[in-house]
Amino acid sequence: MELIKLQDIYKTYHLGEVDVPVLKGVSLSVAQGEMVALMGASGSGKTTLMNILGCLDHPTSGRYWLDGQEISGLSTDQRAFVRSSKIGFVFQSFNLLSRTSALENVIMPLSYTQQGISDREAREKGSDLLRLVGLGDRLDHEPSQLSGGQQQRVAIARALVNHPPLLFADEPTGNLDSRTSEEILQIFQKLNVEEGLTIILVTHDSGVAHHARRSIHIHDGMIQTGAFAANDSSQKSKEVLP
Amino acid sequence: MNLIQMKFHSRTLRTAFHALRRNKMRSALTTLGIVIGIAAVIAMMEIGNGSSKAIQRTIASMGADILLVLPGAVASGGVSFGGGSAMNLTPEDMEAIIRECPAVRAVAPIVRARGQVVYGNVNWVPANISGTTPSFLDVRDWDVGEGEPFTDHDVRTAGKVCLLGQTIARELFQGDSPVGKDIRVLNVTVKVVGVLAPKGANMVGMDQDDILIAPWTTIKRRVSRASTNQNVASAQSSTNQVNTLSALYPGQVSLYPAQSPTQAANTPLPVRFTNVDQILVAAQSSTQIPAAINQITQLMRERHRIHDGQTDDFNIRNMTEMTKALASTTILMTRLLLCVALISLVVGGVGIMNIMLVSVTERTREIGLRMAVGARGRDILRQFLVEAVVLCMLGGTFGILIGRGSSMLVRTVLHWPTELSVGAIVAAVAVSVTVGVVFGYYPAWKASRLDPIEALRYE
Repeated sequence: MELIKLQDIYKTYHLGEVDVPVLKGVSLSVAQGEMVALMGASGSGKTTLMNILGCLDHPTSGRYWLDGQEISGLSTDQRAFVRSSKIGFVFQSFNLLSRTSALENVIMPLSYTQQGISDREAREKGSDLLRLVGLGDRLDHEPSQLSGGQQQRVAIARALVNHPPLLFADEPTGNLDSRTSEEILQIFQKLNVEEGLTIILVTHDSGVAHHARRSIHIHDGMIQTGAFAANDSSQKSKEVLP
Repeated sequence: MNLIQMKFHSRTLRTAFHALRRNKMRSALTTLGIVIGIAAVIAMMEIGNGSSKAIQRTIASMGADILLVLPGAVASGGVSFGGGSAMNLTPEDMEAIIRECPAVRAVAPIVRARGQVVYGNVNWVPANISGTTPSFLDVRDWDVGEGEPFTDHDVRTAGKVCLLGQTIARELFQGDSPVGKDIRVLNVTVKVVGVLAPKGANMVGMDQDDILIAPWTTIKRRVSRASTNQNVASAQSSTNQVNTLSALYPGQVSLYPAQSPTQAANTPLPVRFTNVDQILVAAQSSTQIPAAINQITQLMRERHRIHDGQTDDFNIRNMTEMTKALASTTILMTRLLLCVALISLVVGGVGIMNIMLVSVTERTREIGLRMAVGARGRDILRQFLVEAVVLCMLGGTFGILIGRGSSMLVRTVLHWPTELSVGAIVAAVAVSVTVGVVFGYYPAWKASRLDPIEALRYE
């Protein structure tokens, strides 16, 4: 079943008098339970595409279905709701709240979504997730007391707290050394395999993309390869990769 | 649903507290403006209230609620003898006033005399020798410091007793207790039954403690008896002299030749009634003064049979002007101080706005993140608004404590009167919340309008 379906997405920025087309008719689809890498050089429209996929921005034209819901026409508040319920974000720079414990960081999104949840439930949920990413003994540590890899794990736990079907990772290993990167990517793979989570890795690093079963290459606002999953997607995506 | 809302609000509140705790020093410095503003308002109001109460008390003790009923002027052959020269106020007038005017709390007659007071080899001329009734003390709000006041019985029997003011007691007795001692007032021996509590100078600087009071019958009939026999009130001092002589030489020596029957028929002496020089009236309260004046005027015109169109044969004086002037001064001062305090509150509010704006800029990424995980614009708006209000509320709380503390300090160290002002505290809380909302709104609105994409990329 398709989790994401993009059809003829155009995005044009208006910089004063000049129109700058960034996405020029992007169509792609991602099935539930897939782990996909979104690759492209800077300036290729990768970031814009990611913003649209992540419901942070709306396309100029074209249609976008996420989990069967048409997204492209939603208002800002509606998109915020979609983000909170369907998408988890992991960022390159972790974006943890400073001077706030790992646990508090993880359960922060709950204050915007599950308003009825009790404190105890929220804390239990948060500590479960931190245990899942291997930080069960660092619940009360603040970001400054954690290594980069540990911070990214906290960020992953935070992304999962609302049980989203889709996880977005924007250069998740960009600020990490290669060994830690490997650990983080393994966590993603584990989540993909064991929890059936759909994961989109945005990266320019082919080594990172290698961990995904399919790579979508974007160049100059258009998809070059990997827009649609083949039947034997894992095989095919590996052939595509150099 | 209510439970969910409650939890939601408590969480918003906790988030705000958490955010403020993350930057303790800055939060503390930010609220300082509010703390000082609120503290100033509270202290100002308490000290101002205390002062105005104290001034009101002082005015009351000086006789702000006192009316003075004076006889009118007499004129003889076109020559006026001035206010108070008629002798047409009677003790019956006084009794009628207390009986028939509901706005009157108490009355006391005044019969004045002037002369020398002697004890042993010390003598003194009091500024004020007044004959009155025990209710004088009530009217003037004056306590007896030592001994007992004289009684109504003393008034009825013209008892030879008196009360001394502090000044006379000091001048005559030089530290000894005067109570129970005999003194001579214009050569009439009276017994000191008590000493009045100190009162100090009055508004025009006259020493109010330089007073001797005795039953008015005593002053009238024993001390200045001659003034009832003589027709001309303005010659009181000379009549006192005469009286003194007659008391010294009780052999019926008259200074003036006796009138022949023809002379007596030519200038018939009017039938004299007992008059008093003034009637002191205390109104129920200072606000009742106009009512009391109306009632007394009406009553006196009736009693003195004054027809419509005729002028009063008495005067009523009050201290309303003075009271008003002093009260308005106090109000003006309090308002002025309040204005200063409010300005400092506004400055504090602007400080909060500045810091909140800085905070919004500094936390742009955090805002972006919160938006990315599902916070809507209004969630962000609420969060920053709640932060600002919490900041102001904390500032308000500390301000109230510091304000109360400093007003207490002022009371204990400087002995200024202060008074707890609940209104000021309520106003302070209201103002600090308002300042929080008003000055927190712009930064919060700015935060809520951020684009999550740009906010997340903000460096």
